[in-house]
Amino acid sequence: MARVLIVAEHDGRTLNASTAKCVSCARTFETSAIDIAVLAGDGAAVAAQAAALAGVTGVIQVDHPANESALAAVAAPQISELAGGYTHVFGPSTTFGKDLMPRVAALLGVGQLSDIMSAEGAWRFRRPFYAGNAILTVEAPQDRPVVATVRTASYQAAEPMGDAPISERAVDAELPSHTRFVEIRSDSGGGRPDLQTASRVVSGGRGVGSKENFAIIYRLADALGAAVGASRAAVDSGFVGNDMQVGQTGKIIAPQLYIAVGISGAIQHLTGIKDAGVIVAINTDAEAPLFEVADIGLVADLFTAVPELTEALGS
Amino acid sequence: MALIKTILVPLKRVVDANVRVRVKPDGSGMALEGVKMSINPFDEIALEEALRIRERGEAEEIVVASIGGQVCTQQLRGGLAMGADRAILVETGQDLEPLTVARTLLALVQREESQLVIMGKQAIDGDNNQTGQMLAALWGRPQATFASHLRFKGSAATAMREVDAGLEVIEVDLPAVVTTDLRLNEPRYTKLPDILKAKKKPLETVTLSDLDVEPETQFRVLGIEPPAQRPRGVRVSSVEELVQALREKELI
Ligand SMILES: Cc1cc2nc3c(=O)[nH]c(=O)nc-3n(C[C@H](O)[C@H](O)[C@H](O)COP(=O)(O)OP(=O)(O)OC[C@H]3O[C@@H](n4cnc5c(N)ncnc54)[C@H](O)[C@@H]3O)c2cc1C
Ligand SMILES: Cc1cc2nc3c(=O)[nH]c(=O)nc-3n(C[C@H](O)[C@H](O)[C@H](O)COP(=O)(O)OP(=O)(O)OC[C@H]3O[C@@H](n4cnc5c(N)ncnc54)[C@H](O)[C@@H]3O)c2cc1C
Repeated sequence: MARVLIVAEHDGRTLNASTAKCVSCARTFETSAIDIAVLAGDGAAVAAQAAALAGVTGVIQVDHPANESALAAVAAPQISELAGGYTHVFGPSTTFGKDLMPRVAALLGVGQLSDIMSAEGAWRFRRPFYAGNAILTVEAPQDRPVVATVRTASYQAAEPMGDAPISERAVDAELPSHTRFVEIRSDSGGGRPDLQTASRVVSGGRGVGSKENFAIIYRLADALGAAVGASRAAVDSGFVGNDMQVGQTGKIIAPQLYIAVGISGAIQHLTGIKDAGVIVAINTDAEAPLFEVADIGLVADLFTAVPELTEALGS
Repeated sequence: MALIKTILVPLKRVVDANVRVRVKPDGSGMALEGVKMSINPFDEIALEEALRIRERGEAEEIVVASIGGQVCTQQLRGGLAMGADRAILVETGQDLEPLTVARTLLALVQREESQLVIMGKQAIDGDNNQTGQMLAALWGRPQATFASHLRFKGSAATAMREVDAGLEVIEVDLPAVVTTDLRLNEPRYTKLPDILKAKKKPLETVTLSDLDVEPETQFRVLGIEPPAQRPRGVRVSSVEELVQALREKELI
């Protein structure tokens, strides 16, 4: 029977919700183990959060100074060593997992499956390609481990209601020094909900016009308790940071409510919001492709409609 | 002497980003007859970066390579017109999985004694986002994925990476693999004289067996379908009606 190892994504203190979504994916087929590997400088806090996820059978905590920051070149040899005895090795399809999992697969000498959106048993999976214009069903061979990333927008996070045992492990793999972490810069957010897990998201596009004008978007988001996203054009124009890009090459999200303001709806953007519950479009151009997928469309100038909406929500 | 002798830039031939591709009605594949094909946009960014590195005097030579049918010479000629020095076509009629592509690129790296590979973070058709990371693993060298800024100092490179949390800066020793994100640069347009000049640049054809690569197919395709369609929505004519509609759906 399938034995799944999931690589935890975390920042040293908090387990990222993407890990709980990988657990949910693994729970859709029959398994005899769902274990989580936590690589960290000191992983005690993260391991405890991982052990609490429903369905998890064990947590392997690997503490090492080299694991202080998550570098694929350093983590991959450790994960491939831990992979022995597992039929599946999963990571999230976040930038963390996309960076790491192909490296793990290649070290194991196997292919990798990207962006699992559903599993039909333990060896058959569906994944999107061509910017979500097509869905591929593939079968993985059973004679070698299935290394894969899980499309986080396709799964709900497993609930924290379990109590799995935690074991500490030292890994023998030789760790390279050719890759060094320098720093991480995050400028956006401003205390707002996380774009990838928020239940409501307001996004602005090129139509918003400037960095200053984006204040209109932030105000609406705050009135809704929503996270803020953006189109590539808005990021390229410098209105907002890269971590806010939604789409094929940005974040794939699945909020209950998505409000797109001044965004035309290019296929690369739409692929990032296909799983949203309700999509609202506000655009002056009645022919904008976003209206084809929107559940509620309003043809209007954003500079009057958005402040009006913000006010209506406040009262 | 320049820091880097040879930069290898893989160019994948893909459906142009502006084409809306559809699944064939019988589900046997994508309807690609007669559609415009281009260099994968991320690979074009990779080549632009390589050109700038050479223009700064930090590299001597740029080799572009594509794996696929004879038709890929179109994209290779495009790369030569942009400014690459020579091109290699690894000719095959098979659709290769990323691990085989990575093994092929490793063979090219070794053959060309390349110290730097710059390539797209993902191909916009397969959308796998794997090949660069696999190449780095097989090569036993660093990877700087999703790069939006790249500079060299001594025998190391500093890369800024676009990650979910923002921008991460890492330092990697050469040789290394870099994969590009959209904001690394804006590729130049090629001028007509360059297109003519490119016709005279060397383009070599090799086969997978010349490179000792045995293609391996691991994943069996069981079907290709169009994605589920969202039901048609409604138009509202005022903010008031929008608020009403959101209330009805219990979203506010
Ligand atoms: C390889 C590749 C990858 C890509 N990846 C992504 C990705 O991940 N995410 C992404 O978003 N894009 C991506 N793109 C870009 C995508 O193709 C589009 O160019 C981009 O999404 C356009 O952004 P936009 O809708 O904000 O701008 P535009 O297409 O310029 O649309 C602006 C819209 O604003 C409207 N507008 C203008 N003024 C007003 C006003 N006052 N009130 C209301 N509406 C107004 C206009 O009618 C228009 O519809 C990618 C492209 C390529 C080639
Ligand atoms: C089961 C299955 C079915 C498939 N069906 C189809 C199909 O119907 N149509 C189709 O077009 N594809 C299909 N593919 C995908 C195709 O084989 C992929 O293009 C291949 O697996 C490489 O993945 P990718 O291009 O998404 O890699 P990525 O890892 O996303 O590519 C990253 C980078 O690798 C380099 N690279 C990748 N391939 C090449 C190449 N050939 N030459 C030069 N550089 C390259 C480029 O620099 C590229 O930017 C299928 C794949 C599988 C596994």
